[in-house]
Amino acid sequence: MMVLWQSFVELVHELMPWYDGSIATILIILIKAIALVMPLMLVVAYFTYAERKVIGYMQLRIGPNRVGPKGWLQPIADALKLMTKEIIFPTKANIYLFLLAPILAIAPAIAVWAVIPFDEGIYVANLDISLLYVLAIGSIGVYGIILAGWASNSKYPLLGALRSASLLVSYEIVIGFALVTVVMIAGSVNLNDIVMAQKGGILHWYWIPLFPMMIIFFISALVETNRAPFDVVEGESEIVGGTHVEYSGMTFAVFFLAEYANMILMAVLAVIMFFGGWHSPFEGIPFMESMFAWVPGIIWLLAKTTFFMFLYLWIRATFPRFRYDQIMRLSWKVFLPWTIAWIFVVALMTQLKIGPWF
Amino acid sequence: MIDNIKKLVKDFSLSELRGGMKITAKELINKKITVQYPEEKTPISPRFRGLHALRRYPNGEERCIACKLCEAVCPANAITIESEMRDDGTRRTTQYDIDLFKCIFCGFCEEACPVDAIVETQIFEYAFVGSRDGNDNTKGQFGSIITKDQLLEVGDKNEKMITQTKLEDAKYK
Repeated sequence: MMVLWQSFVELVHELMPWYDGSIATILIILIKAIALVMPLMLVVAYFTYAERKVIGYMQLRIGPNRVGPKGWLQPIADALKLMTKEIIFPTKANIYLFLLAPILAIAPAIAVWAVIPFDEGIYVANLDISLLYVLAIGSIGVYGIILAGWASNSKYPLLGALRSASLLVSYEIVIGFALVTVVMIAGSVNLNDIVMAQKGGILHWYWIPLFPMMIIFFISALVETNRAPFDVVEGESEIVGGTHVEYSGMTFAVFFLAEYANMILMAVLAVIMFFGGWHSPFEGIPFMESMFAWVPGIIWLLAKTTFFMFLYLWIRATFPRFRYDQIMRLSWKVFLPWTIAWIFVVALMTQLKIGPWF
Repeated sequence: MIDNIKKLVKDFSLSELRGGMKITAKELINKKITVQYPEEKTPISPRFRGLHALRRYPNGEERCIACKLCEAVCPANAITIESEMRDDGTRRTTQYDIDLFKCIFCGFCEEACPVDAIVETQIFEYAFVGSRDGNDNTKGQFGSIITKDQLLEVGDKNEKMITQTKLEDAKYK
């Protein structure tokens, strides 16, 4: 144990010679990060299983049921398969960029989780500008996709990358504006403060005053994460598999992980911004409050997040893919004017103190 | 004017999207229609035309009399028959090959046979192993050409099933 600690101290001094703070702090941050990332990866793995099961059920099939009881071991079998597969490099691809792309995709997808508050005081980092951090780091993920499209030296990945870049640019704005309304009401860009501002039961959450923004945010989140019905970046029927065409084995798996981590992040973000984060929906209701007082906040957060994750699958099973230009029109001609208009409405109402919520 | 407002309300309440999602939500809890194939099987009609078999009379004598009607009627030329006179003076086949890659499973051979010797059974789960004409006959599997011995073996093994399905189908012939 001592030897391990010694080598850890040496490693920290080696990697960060300028650091003169406590070594224990770094260890605690490291443990926190691992405690966050490990369950996240597990959730991602079982989210793929849930996706196949739910979509199967909605199509009157039963989904995977062969590996383990009721197919419970399917994600583990998938992971093993992907890990043992060969990584194929296209002949004239730039191998360094080709390998950098999945890393650039997954690093922001995981880094964003640092500021997500799971309960009162449960987070890895409490930034004052955590919402800004989420939007900024979240946007970096697109470089991974663009780089993957470019480095593959192949036409379908390049088309996918082009689509991805233009979609993200369009919908980033919409998401930004939709979240600005929340920030205006809460008066803070700290995710903790935003959740605290929604204290007091289901009627105090922001989904009621900002209902249209909630819908717009969720639809834009579908586009941001390249989910059906906006999955033109992959578009199996048009461009085979988009940016993933040339990727195999673990490199593909990393893209997959990043995509699903982003999906879960968007679900959590929707809960934090519009559905009261870790707050119980029964706060302020006489008997229900005391009845559900024993439930820890993290359970409420995860339950609400699970609902939004299910909504992703539900929507994917229901709607056919949008045409590319229709998605663009939806962004620039429908969502953007509406969000801007709503910003003015919210601004007026908050300034003049109109309405029950502002 | 009124219609426009109606359409606007309909569009902005996402009513069509909600309608679609209602259907998928209903299917989510509906009974599933999947058949778990290796364990469960769908029923097969007695008229089903699967793997061929050569039948025998109850006394063990093979039915086929080498009339070559099946060879003549076969639209895919999948059947090859050679025959000679046996010691007891009857005409019997020395070779009765069906190329299962050529065969289209039309059932004409069965229809043409005057002695009900060649039949098509309900067997459809079989595999081809070995070379095309090498007849690497391991574990009852074969190359694409199935020989007289193998056909008789299929018939011997499944005589009960063949009799039953032919009996069931006879009403409709």
